[in-house]
Amino acid sequence: MTAVEDTPSVPLSPAGNPIGFGRMPRKEDVRFLRGQGNYVDDLNLPGMLHGAVLRSPFAHARINSIDTSAAEALPGVKAVITGETLAGLGLAWMPTLSYDTQAVLATDKVRFQGQEVAFVIAESRYIARDALELIDVDYDPLPVVYDAKKALDADAPVIRDDKEGKTDNHIYDWEAGDKDKTEAAFAAADVVVTEDILYPRVHPAPMETCGSVAHMDPVTGKLTLWTTTQAPHAHRTVYALVAGLPEQKIQVISPDIGGGFGNKVPIYPGYVLSIVGSIVTGKPVKWMEDRSENLMSTGFARDYHMKASIASTKDGKILAVKVDVLADHGAFNGTAQPTKYPAGFFHIFTGSYDYPAAYCNVKAVYTNKAPGGVAYACSFRITEAAYVIERIVDCLAAELKMDPAELRLKNLLKPEQFPYTTPTGWEYDSGDYEKTMRVAMEMAGYEELRKEQAEKRARGEYMGIGISFFTEGVGAGPRKHMDILGLGMADGCDLRVHPTGKAQVRLSVQTQGQGHETTFAQIVAHELGIPPEDIEVIHGDTDNTPFGLGTYGSRSTPVSGAAAALVARKVRDKARLIAAAALECAPDDLEWELGRWYVKGDPSRGRTIQEIAMDAHGPLELPDGVEGHLDAQVVYNPPNLTYPYGCYICVVDVDPGTGQVKVRRFIAVDDCGPRINPTIVEGQVHGGLADGVGMALMELIAFDEEGNNLGGSFMDYLLPTSMECPDWELGETVTPSPHHPIGAKGVGESATVGSPAAVVNAVIDAISPFGVRHADMPLTPANVWRAIQGSPVRTDIAVS
Amino acid sequence: MQVTVTVNGQEVTRDVEPRTLLVHFIRDDLLMRGTHWGCDTSNCGACTVWVDDEPVKSCTYLAVQADGKSITTVEGLEKNGELDPIQKGFMECHGLQCGYCTPGMMMVGRALLDKNPHPSEAEIREGISGNICRCTGYKNIVASIQWAAEHPVSTEASEVTA
Ligand code: FES
Ligand code: FES
Repeated sequence: MTAVEDTPSVPLSPAGNPIGFGRMPRKEDVRFLRGQGNYVDDLNLPGMLHGAVLRSPFAHARINSIDTSAAEALPGVKAVITGETLAGLGLAWMPTLSYDTQAVLATDKVRFQGQEVAFVIAESRYIARDALELIDVDYDPLPVVYDAKKALDADAPVIRDDKEGKTDNHIYDWEAGDKDKTEAAFAAADVVVTEDILYPRVHPAPMETCGSVAHMDPVTGKLTLWTTTQAPHAHRTVYALVAGLPEQKIQVISPDIGGGFGNKVPIYPGYVLSIVGSIVTGKPVKWMEDRSENLMSTGFARDYHMKASIASTKDGKILAVKVDVLADHGAFNGTAQPTKYPAGFFHIFTGSYDYPAAYCNVKAVYTNKAPGGVAYACSFRITEAAYVIERIVDCLAAELKMDPAELRLKNLLKPEQFPYTTPTGWEYDSGDYEKTMRVAMEMAGYEELRKEQAEKRARGEYMGIGISFFTEGVGAGPRKHMDILGLGMADGCDLRVHPTGKAQVRLSVQTQGQGHETTFAQIVAHELGIPPEDIEVIHGDTDNTPFGLGTYGSRSTPVSGAAAALVARKVRDKARLIAAAALECAPDDLEWELGRWYVKGDPSRGRTIQEIAMDAHGPLELPDGVEGHLDAQVVYNPPNLTYPYGCYICVVDVDPGTGQVKVRRFIAVDDCGPRINPTIVEGQVHGGLADGVGMALMELIAFDEEGNNLGGSFMDYLLPTSMECPDWELGETVTPSPHHPIGAKGVGESATVGSPAAVVNAVIDAISPFGVRHADMPLTPANVWRAIQGSPVRTDIAVS
Repeated sequence: MQVTVTVNGQEVTRDVEPRTLLVHFIRDDLLMRGTHWGCDTSNCGACTVWVDDEPVKSCTYLAVQADGKSITTVEGLEKNGELDPIQKGFMECHGLQCGYCTPGMMMVGRALLDKNPHPSEAEIREGISGNICRCTGYKNIVASIQWAAEHPVSTEASEVTA
């Protein structure tokens, strides 16, 4: 049984597509199915050269010298660039999205394994790789900070000695909530439960790695950069600021992108090097990293060591929650998040429950690991927040010997409490949480599952049922509060209706598989009545789209979706004035029905949007103040985030002899407001659930004490396949956002945020008869087995 | 070294370095960009093509090994302007998002159906387990292959392929 119902029927276009919201096949599919996608590595420009990056084998080492002569002598090699070359151009260091700096190529020392040391440009990718072998770097290895917990020890080596006056590895301390009020609530509580909870380092690992093709035209001075970016406009501005290139002469093109998940938000040294390479050689230069480079050097995710405490009455009313976080940011603070939020939106950790007091503090440190931290569909660290609250609530349920569903139902926010201000200052827009939870429990057959579990336990079989109820905050964000490197997080949208009534809509956001070419056409169709097949969505090219901050943090529908709806409404208003002129009546006499303005009381007299489009471009005399043509432009500055939420239930079977976990069922009920294209929304949820299963059970970037990356290939960094993923069971409830023009809340990351806790809670529930209350991800067979034996080890480091 | 292969029915001969991987030969020498690559370790299956009708990970196969053989890539699925049922299935069932794993998935799915026209869900999951998708969570890929099983090509067309 499924609780998913199709949206009410809307009129169909001649091609059979809904003129508005509803299921339709994706417009972008045909080119991909024919093998005609256009990804960065598919680009082949005349005279194009190939770049390859030499990377450090050490996690921390001083560079004494770099000898590139043998590499330069290899036939087919055009240039070898080192940090010294870049230093001469003032480009050896670049700013990160967190106002830190990052080496483009190392000059003084290397600070993580896989760091960029030199860049070879050659006639082919094979020759470029051959040349890397010929570069001789003389390193002096240094002591390594491989464990965040030791980063602030008095004898820890200082990683960032490039920063003047830096004598330790501390980055920042940050706090949210009311500490005193929280402590008072804890002091007065009947029950307090505390747990150390690790969200280990993982990697988004999109199937397409990162890369770019740079072409600096030596004649015009125009730089064209085809690159794997989720934020083409923001990247353009950063290149202008970093390299001093005139912004009007930079065109960033983000063609088809093979998955992003946050991995393609930052600017990587490789992109900059392809630009420098093109400037140096006067030719287009392609740089595509391989998989190991992707896993070892580009934006990782999480790495949060959390100590969470929850206080409650003895009958399970939650009173307060506090979390201490030690955040491992790697060697450079390269997290991508709004400036005022160094720990992202982590302080939404209070979750979906009603209680008055909460407090968190986050201490961030440098380690000898790759930079990054905000990535992998995390909604700016809401993954960590949702995981910690849902895990600690389950720990409380275990302490109280209460059913975790009952404990949640007792504490969930009530519909009448919205808009609700959380103890850490977020204003949740709308929600009917209990309804969503009941739908999920009904779909799962929760009571029967508990009965089955009891019977199985009596027979010595270990099944577990895990629940997660999450609240997300997406669609960043209000410009006043949210910017990245000083760029406010508002997004533009342009709409042009051509004389024949066909339209082009230009977006600032960029799809990496989310189906924007379909969804945004449907939004415009919904507002204007133009069939979606008649609307072309243009995106991913800074010369041809309005400015905006791009696609991540589930912000496309909440921000640009709103912009698309509003720009269409603006066109509709203009169409009314033109229709009034054509029909020789007052605009106030007209009424709108989908695709047409008509005279009130005389529906036979009207003009379709297509007729109005021709009128707008034709000889019709337009009223004073009405310009010709039918187009409009908006910039949408969201008044608040939107707050999608959901309830997930996972059922697992655990073999206590081997620790093997089998995910038997997964029920996901999401409330993301109205669904523009339910098929696309469901696809987004499926993908996020697979991420959750992957992180909970297998994905991990661990390090050894020399700082070697132990997850540097797909042999070691395990991703879920069709065998680990169950047949997802989806449901929905619909609670619109009151402040979004079409009520939509965004959904891209909901499942990645909400699902890991459901899987982990299920596994812990299964093995709780062995006295286990918590075990850290990933719950590999070995880690589950150790937990059952009562001898867990750190999952994030391997020490000899 | 000279390599002669039949690619999607057309014979081509090229000079290649012996170490050239088949995936690079297809992409960079033949300029057919539908076949992708996603790893260095034969784990992801984005590079799957058929060599003599058997799915092969072309990143783990040298171009010279294919000498004298026939290669089918995603560009060869479409016949006479008509999409193969596997392509239609992926479209009907939203079996793709970013599209990067899709050519490999379709090559594996089509090969599976050629051997086993009515696979169970478990057989499909097993059949695609050497291919990774980061976007779809596999459910709709399984459904796409099921759709293709339920909508096979007309008898005439299948005789042509057989
Ligand atoms: S590229 Fe990953 S298996 Fe061939
Ligand atoms: S559709 Fe993106 S990897 Fe499969």
